[in-house]
Amino acid sequence: MKRIGLLLLMVLMMLPLEVFSGETEATAAADLDMQEYLFGHIGDAYEWHITTVNGRPVSIPLPVIVRSKTTGWHIFSSHHIEEGEEYEGMFISQEEKYNGKVVERAADGSLVRPFDISITKNVFSLIINSTLILLLVLSTARWYRRHDVLKETPKGLVGIMEMLIVMVEDDVIKEGVGKDYKRYSPYLLTAFFFIFINNLMGIVPIFPGGANLTGNIAITLVLAVCTFLAVNLFGNRHYWKDILWPDVPVFLKAPLPLMPLIEIIGMFTKPFSLMIRLFANIMAGHCMLLGVVAVIFITAKMGPVINGSLSVIAVLFGVFMDVLECLVAFLQAYVFTMLSAVFIGMSRQEVEEG
Amino acid sequence: MSLVTPDFGLLVWMTVIFAILFFILAKFGFPIITGMVNKRSDYIGKSLESAREAQRKVDALADEQKRLIDETKREQSRILNEAAQTRDDILKEARQQAHTEAETILAQAREDIEAQRETALRDVRRQVAELSVEVAEKLVRGSLSDDEKAEELIGKLIDEAAR
Repeated sequence: MKRIGLLLLMVLMMLPLEVFSGETEATAAADLDMQEYLFGHIGDAYEWHITTVNGRPVSIPLPVIVRSKTTGWHIFSSHHIEEGEEYEGMFISQEEKYNGKVVERAADGSLVRPFDISITKNVFSLIINSTLILLLVLSTARWYRRHDVLKETPKGLVGIMEMLIVMVEDDVIKEGVGKDYKRYSPYLLTAFFFIFINNLMGIVPIFPGGANLTGNIAITLVLAVCTFLAVNLFGNRHYWKDILWPDVPVFLKAPLPLMPLIEIIGMFTKPFSLMIRLFANIMAGHCMLLGVVAVIFITAKMGPVINGSLSVIAVLFGVFMDVLECLVAFLQAYVFTMLSAVFIGMSRQEVEEG
Repeated sequence: MSLVTPDFGLLVWMTVIFAILFFILAKFGFPIITGMVNKRSDYIGKSLESAREAQRKVDALADEQKRLIDETKREQSRILNEAAQTRDDILKEARQQAHTEAETILAQAREDIEAQRETALRDVRRQVAELSVEVAEKLVRGSLSDDEKAEELIGKLIDEAAR
């Protein structure tokens, strides 16, 4: 009974708000471009759009750093090129080609993409989140340097960090890598915290969170390449023998190196699956959440009753999705670390007797 | 398709930032934490081990103590028994000695008494003899004054003596 009462209260609290927002945004919501809405939220951008007040966007301008083949380096603030304006010959493409990217127009009128290392929304968020990770880990390390570990145990944040680190190291790294896990534990721990913190920050809807970092393929690509290097650079003889001359009947490997070919493909598919898994999971989570929220705006023109009731459902479902995403944030970081550890462990397996 | 084509700028930044992050954390972050945590868990392990060892020692000490107490008790009862035995022996001996002493003393006394009695008897006899001689003298002197009587008396005495 109490729960139903709470639910009713929530509905009552939401109704006037939704009716109000339905009125004000009716015109805007009427032609809500779903694709632009989705891609705008999960994609990258040159400025960090926070909200829109009275039709004017409120955003943090970020530096655009581009190098044109003809005119050299250009470094300027992104507010110069917002809404399709042109600055120093650079503008954001609205066309199909290079859509949303900074381009310049070549002499023959075609669009040319300059060398672009702008601090975009994702890069900026990457810097913020990396700083956050640094602060978290280094403050934990500092606690350990300042305290006698044999006389005191950490509390609060340091305690949580210690719990996470010990859990990852004991359950994941030690189990996966095996004997000389100490060599790999810094990389695997870094990967874990990088993914975990970025996932969590991605769920936070407002600045400085909300960037879809771990759901961006460039980020997961770099992580997967790191794991690939960690696996293959230090693989032992047994590992390479298993790839180039596996224990299968000779006709499978002698005239035509069928099995070695498959094994070599396998070398690449393992990190590839890591990359796709993390990217797809996080991006899909963001899309789901955005879709659930979009229900509110899509139904805005269907009248206050449908809009109101669907909004309630959307909010409840959104809360559920958010909680689920928190779980996924941890789970994906855990899975990535665990699989990396297992792959590394496989590359360092000693020959078993018999 | 822009979702699955990695953006070059982001790739560059990600590589740089992740490399920096990794090097800083691998140098100043995780090894310190894991090292300290391992140190602590080693310490806890060692403490548990030494606690077990201490417990074992305490148990051994308790056993030893119990053994000592038992032994002491046995020794005590043995000593007590021995003491009682000795006491009894001493008493018995003393009694025996006293007995013999008493016997000796009694025998001595008896001998003394016998001797004294002998002496006394001899004395008495001598005195009686003297007295009798005196009496006899007196009697004889008195009776001899009268011949008749003297004769009668002498006769009587001779009879008596002859009997």
